[in-house]
Amino acid sequence: MDTQPVLAPAIDASASVMCQLLSPEGDPLGAALYLPQNVGTPQLQEIVNQLLHNEEKLPYAFYVGDEELSVQLGAYMRQKNANVEVTLRIVCQPQALFRIRPVNRCSATIAGHTEAVIAVSFSPDGKSLASGSGDTNVRFWDLSTQTPLFTCKGHKNWVLCIAWSPDGKQLVSGSKSGELILWDPKTGNQLGTPLMGHRKWITAVSWEPVHLQSPCRRFVSASKDGDARIWDVTTRKCIISLTGHTSSVTCVKWGGDGLIYTGSQDCLIKVWETSQGKLVKTLKGHGHWVNSLALSTEYVLRTGAYDHTGKTFSTAEEMKEAALVRYKKMRGNAPERLVSGSDDFTMFLWEPTISKQPKARMTGHQKLVNHVYFSPDGQWLASASFDKSVKLWNGITGKFVAAFRGHVADVYQISWSADSRLLLSGSKDSTLKIWDIRTHKLKMDLPGHADEVYTVDWSPDGEKVASGGKDRVLKLWMN
Amino acid sequence: MPQGDHIELHQKRHGKRLDHEERKRKREAREVHRRSKDARNLLGAKGKRFAKKRYAEKAQMKKTLKMHDESNKRQKVDDDVQEGALPPYLLDRDQTQRAKVLSNTIKQKRKEKAGKWDVPLPKVRPVAEEEMFKVLRTGKRKTKQWKRMVTKATFVGAGFTRKPPKYERFIRPTGLRFTKAHVTHPELKCTFNLDIISVKKNPNGPMYTSLGVMTRGTIIEVNVSELGLVTPAGKVVWGKYAQVTNNPENDGCINAVLLV
Repeated sequence: MDTQPVLAPAIDASASVMCQLLSPEGDPLGAALYLPQNVGTPQLQEIVNQLLHNEEKLPYAFYVGDEELSVQLGAYMRQKNANVEVTLRIVCQPQALFRIRPVNRCSATIAGHTEAVIAVSFSPDGKSLASGSGDTNVRFWDLSTQTPLFTCKGHKNWVLCIAWSPDGKQLVSGSKSGELILWDPKTGNQLGTPLMGHRKWITAVSWEPVHLQSPCRRFVSASKDGDARIWDVTTRKCIISLTGHTSSVTCVKWGGDGLIYTGSQDCLIKVWETSQGKLVKTLKGHGHWVNSLALSTEYVLRTGAYDHTGKTFSTAEEMKEAALVRYKKMRGNAPERLVSGSDDFTMFLWEPTISKQPKARMTGHQKLVNHVYFSPDGQWLASASFDKSVKLWNGITGKFVAAFRGHVADVYQISWSADSRLLLSGSKDSTLKIWDIRTHKLKMDLPGHADEVYTVDWSPDGEKVASGGKDRVLKLWMN
Repeated sequence: MPQGDHIELHQKRHGKRLDHEERKRKREAREVHRRSKDARNLLGAKGKRFAKKRYAEKAQMKKTLKMHDESNKRQKVDDDVQEGALPPYLLDRDQTQRAKVLSNTIKQKRKEKAGKWDVPLPKVRPVAEEEMFKVLRTGKRKTKQWKRMVTKATFVGAGFTRKPPKYERFIRPTGLRFTKAHVTHPELKCTFNLDIISVKKNPNGPMYTSLGVMTRGTIIEVNVSELGLVTPAGKVVWGKYAQVTNNPENDGCINAVLLV
C-alpha cells in the first residue's frame, strides 16, 4: 500500500505540479511554484504578469521543451506521461499585443515597370512603398489609390537594392553599375548627384539605426567589388571604405550597438566599428559563400521609432528617444544575435559582441540558404532555401522547430508580419505563401504572379503585402 | 625526303653564306608574288587544295586581327542595360536551364478558345494509306491480306501487350517504337531529351492517333517535369504538348518543338 500515495498525484485533480517559469533567455522568473493541475494558459498568463509586475497585462505563450503548452497542466502531464516528481520548466514567451490578419487576396496588380521588379520595400511607417526594377527606375507608389506616384529615373543599369532610412525621409537605391542615388519620397526627386565609388554592382544597403543618430545621416553599402562603404548623406561623400574581404560582399547590416556586419563570398563574416572603420572581429565558420545575414533586432532597426500604434514624431530628437526605447525593450539584457545563411547549406547563430565562436550551427537544409530573417520579437528565426522549404528555428537557442513545405521551386525571400505570428515566403514557383507560426501549417496560398517572385515585403503596419517579380508587375495583397 | 640535318650541320661548321640574309629577304619578298601566281595558275585538285588552304589561312588571320583590335579597345560591357534583370542574390549564380514560368498557360487557353492551335507546322503533307501501312500476306498459302504493318515511327505505351497474332490487325514494329523525343523550347532555345507520354493528334486521321503513329506534324505530349515549369497557381507542370518537326521514320529520332 506504500505505492498508493506516489501514484495518486498523477490521477488526482486536486494535486499540484511543481512548475518553474522561465524567461525566453532561460532565467527563472521567480521561485518554483506548486500549481494545481487545472491551471491552463489564462491562469499562467496572470501569474507571469504578477511575477513580472507588468502594469499592462501582456499575452504570453508557454512552451515546455520545444512544444507549446495549450492544455491544462494536468492534461499535459497525463498526455506526456511526465514525471510529477520533477519540476516542470515552462518558458514564457511574450506575444505581440496586436494581431495581424493574414492577407488573402490580391487587391491590386500595378503595371508600370518595364522589366523585372527586383526590390520592393515599405517605408518604416508603412505608409509608402518603393520599388526598384531592371528598367533602371525606382518607383514610388501611392498606397491609398494603388497607383504609381513617382517614377525616378537616374540609374544607368538595373536597380538592385533599395533601402528606406529609418526615419522615412530618404530612400537610397543601388544599381548594377555601382552608383547609389538618394531620393526624396515626398517629391520623387533625386537628392544631389549619384554617389560613385563602387567599381561593381551594389548588393546590399543598410542605414544607420535612428537611435544612434537622428536625423539619419549615414548608411553603408556593400558591393560585388569586395568593399563596403560608409556614406554621409549630407556631405555626399564616402566617409570610410571597409576593405578586407577578398570577394564579393553579399550582405551588410548596421547593428544597433553601432557595429557593421558584412558577409561575403570569401566565407567570412566581418564585424566593423563605425567611427574609424576598424575591423573588430572576423567570424569564421562557413565553408562556402555567406548569402544572408540577419540581426535579432533588425525589425526594430528598420522601423525605427514607428510602431503599431501609428504615432508620428515632430522632431528628430523625439524620434531618436522613441527609437532608443523601442530598441532597448526589444534587445533586453541579452546581446544582439546575428545569424548567417550560407551556400554550404547551414546557418550559424553568433553573438558577435561576446565571442568569435558561433553559438549554434543550424543544419537541415538540403540546398543553399538564400535568406534568413529574425521575427520582429526575436524569438524565431526563419530561413528560406533553394531546397523548396522554409524552416523555422528558435531564435535564441537556434534549435530546429519546424519545416514549412509547400513551394514547388526555390524559395527566394521571406518576410515576417509585425506580430511575429505569420511568415510570408515568395518563391520561384510564382506563388506567395503565408505560414502560421503557431500551428506550423500553411495559412494561405497566394497565387497570381505569372512568373518568379523576386521580392516580398510585409508592411510594418501589417495591412498590406507587396511583391514583385519577373512578370514586371507589382502586386499588393490585403485581407 | 630530308635525310638528317646536313644543312644545319654545315652552317654550324662553316658558317652561313655571306649573302644568306639577303637571299632570305629576297626569297621572302618574292613569296607573295609566287603565291599569287599559284593562285591564278593552279588548276584542278591542286588548285582546290591550294584555295582551301589559302581560305583557312585568311580566315584565321582575320580572326587574329579582330582579337587584337578588341584587346586594344576599352570596352564597358556593363554600360548597356541588358534584358532579364535579376536580383542581387541570383547574379552570381549560373542558371542552367532557366526555364521560365511562362504565362503561357493563359496564352494557350486563349488560343484553345479560338478553336485553333497555332502550331509551328500548320500544314503537313498527307500520308497515303499505302505509304503508312505495308500489307502482310498471311495464311498457309499466303493468300490472306488483312494484316497491316505500320511503316512509320510509333509510340507504344508502357503497359501494352500484343494481342494473339490471329487477331492482331496492325503490327507496330519494335524497331520503330520510340519513348523519348528531343524537344526544343522555342523561347529558351535549348533542347531537352524528354519522355513521351502520349500521342495527342496525328494530322492524318484519328486512327493513326489511336495507333500512336508519329509522323511529321504530329502533336505529342511530353513529360516536362525536369524543366521545372510552373503554372500560375504554383503547381509543377508535367505534361506539355509538342509538335514533331522531322520525319522520324527516316531519321531514327524524334525532334519536336514545345508548344507554348
